[in-house]
Amino acid sequence: MSRMANCPGCGAAVQFRFAQAVQASCPYCSSVIVRTNVDLEKVGEVAALPPDPSPIQLYTEGIVNGKGFMVVGRLTYRYEQGFWNEWHLLFGDNTTGWLADAQAQYAVSTLVENPGKLPRRDELQVGRQFNWPNGRFTLTHITEARYVGFEGELPFTTAGKHEDCVFADLKTDTAAFATIDYSEEPPLLFVGRIVAFDDLRLTNLKRFEGW
Amino acid sequence: MQAPAQTPTVRSLTCPNCGGGMELRGFQHTRSAVCIQCLSILDTSDETVRIIQRFDERNRVRPIIPLGTRGKLHGTLHEVIGFMVRTITVEGIQYSWHEYLLFNPYKGFRYLTTYEGHWNDVLPCHGLPEMTVAGGRNAAKYQGHVYKHFQNSTAETTFVMGEFPWAVKVGERVECDDYVAPPYILSSEKDKKEVNWSHGTYMTGAEVWSHFNLPGAPPPAKGVFANQPSPHMGRVARIWKTSLAWLGIWLLVVMFFGIAAQNKLVFDQSYRFDPRAVNQDLSFVTPVFEMGGRTAGVDVEIRTDLTNSWAVFNLALINDDTGQGYDFGKEVSYYTGRDSDGTWTEGSRSETATVNKVPAGRYYLRVEPEGNPQGQPVGYQLRVKRDAPHIGWLMLALPFLLVPPIVVSLRSATFESARWAESDYAPSSD
Repeated sequence: MSRMANCPGCGAAVQFRFAQAVQASCPYCSSVIVRTNVDLEKVGEVAALPPDPSPIQLYTEGIVNGKGFMVVGRLTYRYEQGFWNEWHLLFGDNTTGWLADAQAQYAVSTLVENPGKLPRRDELQVGRQFNWPNGRFTLTHITEARYVGFEGELPFTTAGKHEDCVFADLKTDTAAFATIDYSEEPPLLFVGRIVAFDDLRLTNLKRFEGW
Repeated sequence: MQAPAQTPTVRSLTCPNCGGGMELRGFQHTRSAVCIQCLSILDTSDETVRIIQRFDERNRVRPIIPLGTRGKLHGTLHEVIGFMVRTITVEGIQYSWHEYLLFNPYKGFRYLTTYEGHWNDVLPCHGLPEMTVAGGRNAAKYQGHVYKHFQNSTAETTFVMGEFPWAVKVGERVECDDYVAPPYILSSEKDKKEVNWSHGTYMTGAEVWSHFNLPGAPPPAKGVFANQPSPHMGRVARIWKTSLAWLGIWLLVVMFFGIAAQNKLVFDQSYRFDPRAVNQDLSFVTPVFEMGGRTAGVDVEIRTDLTNSWAVFNLALINDDTGQGYDFGKEVSYYTGRDSDGTWTEGSRSETATVNKVPAGRYYLRVEPEGNPQGQPVGYQLRVKRDAPHIGWLMLALPFLLVPPIVVSLRSATFESARWAESDYAPSSD
């Protein structure tokens, strides 16, 4: 699959950094581009994302677990406390992960293939514990959120992501972190850890007025 | 393809209640802000600013660290953007503490809390503490430390200023549980929906003043705070270690003197005298005996068979060759009887006299016994020991070795009881 392609909306040359990207936004005309096999298809226009207080932006680079990554995409959700971002990370070995950023608290996680049986949405209860291979996780937060928008490259399409989503956040005593994403059926499990900003050694960050 | 240059800017807004202007320092993190002038709490999550709550301006509390103050904590610049007063009620009395919300656009939020001149630097917990039991008390385990439960309370937000990344409201209540492992404190805050844990580290007012470059002196710290590190912490163990080391050396010295001393019996004879013979000269000299070795002390032990009587022995240790003499004396008395409390005794049948620094040589004793003229004949034994071990003076060192660690231990215990007197586990909480 070619890494370079022309935007079906404006014809500009668009470079894909993630070979398996399924959906991308054109940085020039804000078209939402969906890749089907070799063809690019314009399926709509990207809605402007709300002003974002995150220090992270597209193409921010960093390190987690000794592996370098680049931020290639972003999903933004709205919830009770405002907005939060799920930054789509592309690692040097072409694997991907997510960096959640809510109120400048950071967690890195990756999708677990075949997670086994996960609790149903109506079984969720704060305080419930789950013994998983990486530890005993306690459900700490149930977050109801709305998908707001995206930018950059994503490993899936966001078509149909507009309904309310439910996320269950879980933690262990050693700062391992898990999220069950109920926006798909069956739900998706992401496991990782809560990280300190300094440990991510981020570069190419946003600048803030006065800082 | 480069990222669009997006620089978050400070947002200005106008209070819909009083028309006062203000600038938000927390960028789009700020969900609610308080009007500096009229203290109305405003919802800033949308473009349209709405009033959440009005506040009686007469109840204004002035933060000791002004909003907008910047200071370095752990090498990172933080700005004070929010201030709140939280109040608990214990046995009908209200106690309030202040919380400052600190912000750095990269590192996020942390808190400075203060009560009666004590400060804590507080961060949200990354991991989830585990509940456990320590010393028969509830405790929490977090990152290898065990935190003892200190206090359960219901905290009510009673005043807010500045801005917050959540919808803040006066009158909001959470259930708090504090666990301590000085200098750390672990706190859980529970509302209807969830539990949030935070981790604090004790700071002195002087540290806060220097980090934030504040004028004047910090308010003095009153009493002992829940997680205030004891000035005796570690000292108790350290001083006991030092004292035990010295005690070990002391024991070695005692053993050295014990072993080095020859402690040799050089003369042993039994005699008898009749104290009623007042007109007779009872004095006599013993046979000559040899004392070898280095110049050392000599013990002369007098063992009598006295009962309810006394005797005085005037003695002289005389060098047979040079005539040099050492005069000394000893009174021996022993009384015994029965009364309503049972048998009693007073004094001792034996006494020992010590002559110091006696050179080697041939010696004899001149003995002049004297006794109760109304008493019975006295049988006695004279035992002369060369270079007997003398460790009595070493015993004088014992209090010097033991008193300091005991004093420090007691002080430490006093500090700890002052700490726990403020907890749910005070010895007499009435």
